Amino acid sequence: MKTNNILVCGIGGQGVMTATEILAEAALSLGYDAKKTEVAGMSQRGGVVSSHLRFGEKILSPQIAAGEADLLVGFEAAEALRWAHMLRPGGVALVNLGRLVPPVVNLGLYDYPADPVAQMRDLGLEVHAFDASALAQELGNIRLGNTVMLGAMADRLPFPADVLRDAVLARFASRKPALLDLNRQAFERGRRAVAEAEAA
Amino acid sequence: MGAPLPASTSQHLFLSGNEAVALAVRDAGCRVAAAYPGTPSTEILEVLATYPELYAEWSVNEKVSLEVALGASMVGARSFCAMKHVGLNVASDALMTMTVTGTAGGLVIAVADDVGMSSSQNEQDSRYWGRFAHLPVFEPSDAQEAYDMTRAAFALSERHRCPVLLRLTTRICHVKGRVLAAERETCEPAGFVKDPQRWVMVPGNARPRLPLMFERDAALRAEAEGSSLNPVVAGRDRRVGFVASGPAFMHVREAFPDAPVLKLGFSYPVPLDLARVFAAGVDQVVVVEETEALVETELRAAGIACVGKDLLPRTGELSPDVLRPAIAALLGEVQPEVAQVAAQRVFPRPPTMCVACPHLGVYYTLSQLRNISISGDIGCYTLGAGQPWNALDTCISMGASMGVALGMDKGRGPADEKKSVVAVIGDSTFLHMGMQGLLDITWNRGNVTVLLLDNRAVGMTGGQDNPGTGRDIHGEAAPRIDFAKLCEALGVKAERIRVVDPYQLPVLFKALREETKIAEPSVIITDRPCVLIDDYQATPPYKVIDDRCTGCGNCVDVGCPAIHVTRREKAVKASGKEVDLAFVRIETAACTGCGLCVQPCAPEAIVHARPAQPVAFLRKI
Repeated sequence: MKTNNILVCGIGGQGVMTATEILAEAALSLGYDAKKTEVAGMSQRGGVVSSHLRFGEKILSPQIAAGEADLLVGFEAAEALRWAHMLRPGGVALVNLGRLVPPVVNLGLYDYPADPVAQMRDLGLEVHAFDASALAQELGNIRLGNTVMLGAMADRLPFPADVLRDAVLARFASRKPALLDLNRQAFERGRRAVAEAEAA
Repeated sequence: MGAPLPASTSQHLFLSGNEAVALAVRDAGCRVAAAYPGTPSTEILEVLATYPELYAEWSVNEKVSLEVALGASMVGARSFCAMKHVGLNVASDALMTMTVTGTAGGLVIAVADDVGMSSSQNEQDSRYWGRFAHLPVFEPSDAQEAYDMTRAAFALSERHRCPVLLRLTTRICHVKGRVLAAERETCEPAGFVKDPQRWVMVPGNARPRLPLMFERDAALRAEAEGSSLNPVVAGRDRRVGFVASGPAFMHVREAFPDAPVLKLGFSYPVPLDLARVFAAGVDQVVVVEETEALVETELRAAGIACVGKDLLPRTGELSPDVLRPAIAALLGEVQPEVAQVAAQRVFPRPPTMCVACPHLGVYYTLSQLRNISISGDIGCYTLGAGQPWNALDTCISMGASMGVALGMDKGRGPADEKKSVVAVIGDSTFLHMGMQGLLDITWNRGNVTVLLLDNRAVGMTGGQDNPGTGRDIHGEAAPRIDFAKLCEALGVKAERIRVVDPYQLPVLFKALREETKIAEPSVIITDRPCVLIDDYQATPPYKVIDDRCTGCGNCVDVGCPAIHVTRREKAVKASGKEVDLAFVRIETAACTGCGLCVQPCAPEAIVHARPAQPVAFLRKI
């Protein structure tokens, strides 16, 4: 059985680690072995977060090597570009177009890339991008962004989308029904948005 | 706070190494667990605190936590403490004598090395302590092993009556994997046995115990030689045989699935006979360890030829893609190129202070002062060294801001004569190791102004409680230390102690100006809670009125991540000087209304977002 390598990246506070955790739970529910690891130096403070998930028959090293990720999921556009070299040839990047501009850019010390997605495509990568932050805002809460992105991944996994959706909703099963419903909607919106991006 | 873990021995759990250690500590029947928070070890005690069947505490520092664990062991209880690598430096005074007394109830010390330095001031290899203190070292390679080895460590501790070092790294602590738990044990404490020759370490009692340590070394080595924690993984490609420990074992197996590997789980004392037999069966031996060449050096000293750090990096984390080219070079092979795109250059995204962090007020103010040296410390406020403040000049170790400031004062020559010396320290760091430094300042009449940033939390590690918060590890009411009274008790004159609101920039500025002018020890305590803890209450957000913004950029200098530059322009002043303008907006969804940016705003362009109203109540600097 092939080992699946998924790299989810973004910045601290976006729910990157939670999303990867849910993805891991979905894989585990099907009996896969899995390991999940983060590179998250002081990530709570708005720093870079990249979360590696590997699942398959038996996982040894938890780290995905450069050029070996099957799927790169960028919760923030420039972060997706930062980790673009992790994708394997033929791998796919799913990118949230929402931008989070750090203080070092506001201070004029660095520039934010003009068009991170175009830059990734110029490298020959397959990228499907949409504004997940805006979709989350439309649903009333920016924190739904990670569920939107999970929805976007759902049809790119070696198992049915329902398995991932069930894992997402299990998180909210004991919470308010309204929250459960919002997450269901966010998941489906993400799924649809990425399909539309792909068709476009 | 950690969530309780489900208990099950029939079903795999998905746990981080830290969670697995905590579960194993509980399952081993441990009675007392203590720690001071420190990345990457923090979550171990957070999880242990959720188990009602054992006593868990945040201790004020690592040395105290180890002493608490030792006391519990003396009465026969199984005990545990956890710390990050630098924590064991603090605890080492106790460690170096408890290795002489030995233990009664099983005692396990988890020490987590921040290999790769995600959140530390240095990188060090805690396995040295095993050599220095004559103690056994276990090195798990993943979460399941973290569970199993923690259980085995209690048993080993009791067999040899000594503490066991469970050496973790970030790549164990924070990696989740499947874990199957084993049956729980219960352990009743046997009771304290009065035995001065054993427990009272005066020279006459300690001297006869020293040879016992060396006997124990030999017994431990014999056990390591036959331990199931040191398996040989067979492999048909015998050109290189690997000796590997910790996470490096998994990287070796990933990169070289056909190579023989001697895995050292019980890595000190090194099983030299086992290694010698292993070496005889392969063409050459490569030792893969993080981070120092410890096993490698000891194998060489025993006459076993091997390579290691001549080939592999001496710092940072190892990984399969570090190992592959190094071994290819050793074998004279051409490493196949991995088809991939080049890494792209993207701006750095260093950690930032949070929106409305009370430290923003402190560092904005410090950045406006000239002629000061700022001795800093370990915590979120270390970020004050970065942009835009550049207002922290040193960072060494927990509490060092105090002694370093006093030394700067006493050692200064004409070049620094006119400078004020300011020390910046957080509440928890002060209680951990800063108090003694302040006492040294007052006793020796240092000219230092101490900024004690009381945000009622151990902020950087996730807002844990400390004796200044009035809550214990369970969040329950506990005696709350009064910092002003404490500083007075440490010898600071009452009139030289001020408590100020860091959101009131003019007040803070005035307090700092006045206290730095007076040649006596003084303390300015800032008292706003960390924005990430429950004590913090957000207030209505602000926005920028676009046509009032003149682009002066004063608000940008506050350093709040909710302030974004919308456009830049260049302008020429009447004097002919060219200036850069930065027009801004406030991310209202993120703003929690601290008002810090309002105060330096020259054109009064920042107003409450809902309903829009001018801000009159805050004075300008």
